[in-house]
Amino acid sequence: MSQPLIQPSRAKSMTIGESGLALVFTVTAFLCVIASAKAVDRPFAFHAALAAAASVASVFVILNRYFDRPATLPPQEINGRPNYNLGPIKFGAAIAMFWGIAGFLVGLIIAAQLAWPELNFEPWLSFGRLRPLHTSAVIFAFGGNVLIATSFYVVQKTCRVRLAGELAPWFVVLGYNFFILVAGSGYLLGVTQSKEYAEPEWYADLWLTIVWVVYLLVFLGTVIRRKEPHIFVANWFYLAFIVTIAVLHLVNNPALPVSVFGSKSYIAWGGVQDAMFQWWYGHNAVGFFLTAGFLAIMYYFIPKRAERPIYSYRLSIIHFWSLIFLYIWAGPHHLHYTALPDWTQTLGMTFSVMLWMPSWGGMINGLMTLSGAWDKLRTDPVLRMLVVSVAFYGMSTFEGPMMSIKVVNSLSHYTDWTIGHVHSGALGWVGFVSFGALYCLVPWLWDRRLYSLKLVNWHFWVSTLGIVLYISAMWVSGILQGLMWRAYTSLGFLEYSFIETVEAMHPFYVIRAAGGALFLIGSLIMAYNLWMTVRAGEVEVSSPVALQPAQ
Amino acid sequence: MSFWTRHHVFEKNSIILVVGILLVIAIGGLVEILPLFYLKSTIEVVDGVRPYTPLELAGRNVYVREGCYLCHSQMIRPLRDEVERYGHFSLAAESMYDHPFQWGSKRTGPDLARVGGKYSDDWHVTHLTNPRAIVPQSVMPAYAFLASTEVDPETIADHLKTLRAVGVPYTDDQVANAAADLSAQASPDDSGTDALAKRYPKAVVRNFDGKAGLPTEMDALIAYLQMLGTLVDFKLYNEKANLR
Repeated sequence: MSQPLIQPSRAKSMTIGESGLALVFTVTAFLCVIASAKAVDRPFAFHAALAAAASVASVFVILNRYFDRPATLPPQEINGRPNYNLGPIKFGAAIAMFWGIAGFLVGLIIAAQLAWPELNFEPWLSFGRLRPLHTSAVIFAFGGNVLIATSFYVVQKTCRVRLAGELAPWFVVLGYNFFILVAGSGYLLGVTQSKEYAEPEWYADLWLTIVWVVYLLVFLGTVIRRKEPHIFVANWFYLAFIVTIAVLHLVNNPALPVSVFGSKSYIAWGGVQDAMFQWWYGHNAVGFFLTAGFLAIMYYFIPKRAERPIYSYRLSIIHFWSLIFLYIWAGPHHLHYTALPDWTQTLGMTFSVMLWMPSWGGMINGLMTLSGAWDKLRTDPVLRMLVVSVAFYGMSTFEGPMMSIKVVNSLSHYTDWTIGHVHSGALGWVGFVSFGALYCLVPWLWDRRLYSLKLVNWHFWVSTLGIVLYISAMWVSGILQGLMWRAYTSLGFLEYSFIETVEAMHPFYVIRAAGGALFLIGSLIMAYNLWMTVRAGEVEVSSPVALQPAQ
Repeated sequence: MSFWTRHHVFEKNSIILVVGILLVIAIGGLVEILPLFYLKSTIEVVDGVRPYTPLELAGRNVYVREGCYLCHSQMIRPLRDEVERYGHFSLAAESMYDHPFQWGSKRTGPDLARVGGKYSDDWHVTHLTNPRAIVPQSVMPAYAFLASTEVDPETIADHLKTLRAVGVPYTDDQVANAAADLSAQASPDDSGTDALAKRYPKAVVRNFDGKAGLPTEMDALIAYLQMLGTLVDFKLYNEKANLR
């Protein structure tokens, strides 16, 4: 790193961000050491110590970065082209792959635990503690990092400006992953508030709030400084995702800690209202995290990869507003026939059924973007992965409204059918669209050609087979279990004891685990392919991005 | 100006776009959630539901910590087979002091909303220690370690206070005697059991885990399981008055 020769006239000084953040982290480190010493339970002491170590590391990294950098900050443009900030995106893409594999592995372990309960190792590795680890690792760690990385990429490219802030984007990716670390280790230690997909305790929630606000500011700051008159459609979806997740997170999670030096808290909401808040949150985590965010990926990466414009601009406007308006109503379908008042259930069902339309509108918009380029599906397995993800999206957004109809739900609720439905969306839609985006993104970021299309093809087929095994096993076990629970003998007695229905699930749990194993193998093939792309891939001739400034 | 050109106001102004998103997503939540706080019919009028005893609360916290809700629901739906299998369908009133609610979303194991009194304490100890010793086909993890972890009586009053702050009607008397009540409920010979029963009607006092000494997490969890669904007397419950 040779530096100061470039602009000797200007004295080097720390930016307000650098000095401010270093100061904040210094103070945080001290506070966390105190919190760790005064902790009333061991998980809290561990997390406080972890936060102290992370704060010290942050101060060190900020100072180190300052001493290594030239006096001037990176320019906004080089030779009239935007000087894109790719560092945080590279980090996000790489760690997304890591968390993906970790999350799929934990999923495989808990699937195996349901087939062979001897695989539970109490207390830390029992099903009850690993299951939130699985869901958080795949949704928030894998999915979240894919969303942050792609959103930072797409917003820069479509606004034709450098990402807002210098340290802020790094704060977002690193801070978010620290949240994942605290949340995930907490589950294993028994730290949970038991609200599904919102399990992290109060201090992790507070930290996530800070990170998320900075994320919104970085994203919005970039959009505001855009060089394009219009905000590109993918950015509408990213914005809806970021803004709505902030609202959901804040409203679902207000809790009062028993001690400020302890991990346990009690949620402000109780009973039926807590249930409603939880599933308003839970369903919209699906709607805005796993749908709106990944639709943004669809709206950028499919047109880009297929080299075709989005099928219909007007359809995307209708798609956007109707999707975000209708989704927010759908939560009560998780509470059919419960003690939630009937009027709320009926509203939830009605809007869930209506939600089918914008969902398929979006699917059509994605699929029809391939008009005139369908032949590419034969030659480009990455595009095939993206397109099949949209097909899975269409399938699960038909299945969802169907399952939200109360009569159907009376059979499907509490069974594996729900698990199967979630996974057709999670593996097929979110998984494949993320894989497709990463297969595009990694070569673009590192200026390489993808190492092997053949391996992408293998990944595609191995994973698809895994998904098919998974969801068909869950359809059969779910419907079978639902029917067995309500089966009566000719004399009017319940035909099966509960444990008989558990026993009947065993073969399907084995098939499900096999499907999950295939999906995991597919992701390992992908990781190898991306690793070789970065390490060994030949450098692309024409660079799609402006070069980094000389240092 | 056509509809489509009007939309440019959102596409060209990020702040208006953000405000538009916020307004559009606010409607559904407001309409569905706010009325649940003021419509009187939301929570039935029932006798018998009381806050958890300190020991039950400690057991409930174990239930939450171990993720039991991931496989066991506590919400019986008003369907013929469920009412016959598990008992009277669940009322909103029965979970009105639950922070957080534990209705669950999956039945890998059976519903537990009315498991209280269905099995003996011995059965629960054996089952929690090794589920397959008593139900060979079970896929439940074992929780033997609960028997060797004591519940801390010192901090339990803070838990009651915190719950009171979020709306659970614990009295000063209940908070002041939380530590004593915690120990008393697991030791039938304790002098404080009568006072406990007065503070918490229908509280079951037993040595749940069968071992001497301070209450363990096994005691606490079983105390919680044994009270689930037992507070409301459905012989006296007025179904018609609470039709919604």
